[in-house]
Amino acid sequence: MSDPAARTRRGIRLPFGARRGAGAPRGAARQRTGASRVAWLGMVPFLAFVALFLGGPLYVVIHGAFTTDSNRFTLSNFSEIFSQPVYTIALKNSAILALWTSVGPAIFGLWIAAAVVAGNPGSLLRRVISSASGVLAYFAGAPLAFVWIATVGNLGVVTVLLKNVLNFNLAQHFNIASISGVGIAYFYFQIPLMVIFITPALEGMRPEWEEAATNLGASRLSYLRLVVMPILAPSVIGATLMLFGSAFAAYATALALQGGTLDIIPGRINLALSNNVLPGQDRIAMALGAEMIVVVMVVMLGYWLVQRRAGMWLR
Amino acid sequence: MSFASEALGAREVELLTAPSAPQAPLQRSRQRRRLRPWRVTILVLAGLFYLVPLLASVKFSLIDPSGAYSLSNFTYIFNNAPLRDALYTSLEIAGLTAILVVLLILPTAVLVQLKLPKLTIVMEAVTILPIVVPPIVLAAGLSEMQATAPLWLVKLVFNHPLTSLTPIYTVLAMPLVYRSVHNGLRAIDLHTLVDASRSLGCGWTSTILRVILPNVQTAVLGGMFLTIAMVLGEVVISSQLLYLTFPVDMIQVSQQDNSPGISVALTLVALAFTFLLLFSLTFLARRRGQQSTG
Repeated sequence: MSDPAARTRRGIRLPFGARRGAGAPRGAARQRTGASRVAWLGMVPFLAFVALFLGGPLYVVIHGAFTTDSNRFTLSNFSEIFSQPVYTIALKNSAILALWTSVGPAIFGLWIAAAVVAGNPGSLLRRVISSASGVLAYFAGAPLAFVWIATVGNLGVVTVLLKNVLNFNLAQHFNIASISGVGIAYFYFQIPLMVIFITPALEGMRPEWEEAATNLGASRLSYLRLVVMPILAPSVIGATLMLFGSAFAAYATALALQGGTLDIIPGRINLALSNNVLPGQDRIAMALGAEMIVVVMVVMLGYWLVQRRAGMWLR
Repeated sequence: MSFASEALGAREVELLTAPSAPQAPLQRSRQRRRLRPWRVTILVLAGLFYLVPLLASVKFSLIDPSGAYSLSNFTYIFNNAPLRDALYTSLEIAGLTAILVVLLILPTAVLVQLKLPKLTIVMEAVTILPIVVPPIVLAAGLSEMQATAPLWLVKLVFNHPLTSLTPIYTVLAMPLVYRSVHNGLRAIDLHTLVDASRSLGCGWTSTILRVILPNVQTAVLGGMFLTIAMVLGEVVISSQLLYLTFPVDMIQVSQQDNSPGISVALTLVALAFTFLLLFSLTFLARRRGQQSTG
């Protein structure tokens, strides 16, 4: 501790350290000199784990997308997936599906979250909804498919009920294994996801803002339009982008509903991976995987940009 | 504000663990009275949207293949050894993953908060990656690794779902656990606690286990429960790698035996189980909150 550099640094840092009590400044100085190298060593298990089990598979996919079976660099996998109609149609289907299954649930989820936040924070309703949101958002990709089958499948309870009571054959108008059928099932986990995302932003709305607006003569409508909307817009857009990413990546429901042959990108990846007849299909799968990574990265970049604006007012 | 702080899992646990936003009681009651009609409308519509399929599933699950009402769909799992084994496998993976992810995240989060605050951004970026990466892409990479791995690696890792899926699920669960643990740690005076514990002669292990862990108990449990829910529902990676986990087997039962009633019954049980896990946590969070304030 006799190192002069450490002493000056300690002097500068003292105001921060002092808050933490008498023993802290010495520890603060120490951690900035020798001990920080030890602290970096402590990061190794975490970083190594991530590199191995997340970086590994991702490296394999990206590497595979740019190489041939004989390990030569190539762009032909990409020219294949961008020229073959099978793959461009799947991309289009995926994008359209993700678009309406993110915007729709975002609207519904926003209203539900608003209705919940307006109530008593510790109420039973609030706790039921927050627990249920967690279950539905993280657990329910595949299981929801079964609930969906039981409800509006060919022998589903609602289908049977409609047939018996109203003599209306739902199965003729609506196929749960079609893209739109799967998409509506997405609503059941996308809405809770929206509730989870947007609740903190809604909770961050201060009652003082409404009081100030009212004192300045704003009507309820102009408060909503001029105060609430500009403040919440970045958060809502950000959350919708996350929902888009989630819907774009989702595959569990389709897999459970109809064996995963739905004409969306994950379905094409699945087909290409399980195709052992044609050579080079695994490379196509990986090129499609790389394509998905690019789309999701773009979405996340947008999310990050709007989130920086959201941070201006909230918290 | 970095984007990871808005990541999925965090929010859920935050909702669960920090129920009281600062709001004047007068304001709230006034607001509630005024907003009542639209709140009721929305909550009733949402309730219908979710309860109709749920009740339909309950009815559906009570009808056995012969068309009569019985509990046979629910007792199926006791008579079906492969499905029961798949359930055990999944529960083992879920438990192991939940423990492993906490072992990995809790010390790292403490370290970052205490000694390397500059790395907070890195941690958030790294822990959001598993959310961003589609599971089917991970599955594609993993199945290629599985196909090209040398024999010793296949024997060591890929031969059993426990050894090959647990690390991957741990990575997928990191965002859920990191966000909730990070928020939990921010809510306590970590520096003072650690200084006190260290000056009383505690080593790092016992500081984390006996001082920090009890203080972030709800956050850690919340992350673990979400992890268990995630593992019990994950099908994309495990089916691509051809492992028979519980949800994968549920899909097979519904497709091969053409008896979706069993899958629906099992889904309801699993949904109820994960819901009760998370719901019980809200009581724990509330009790702890009352203890600390009063």
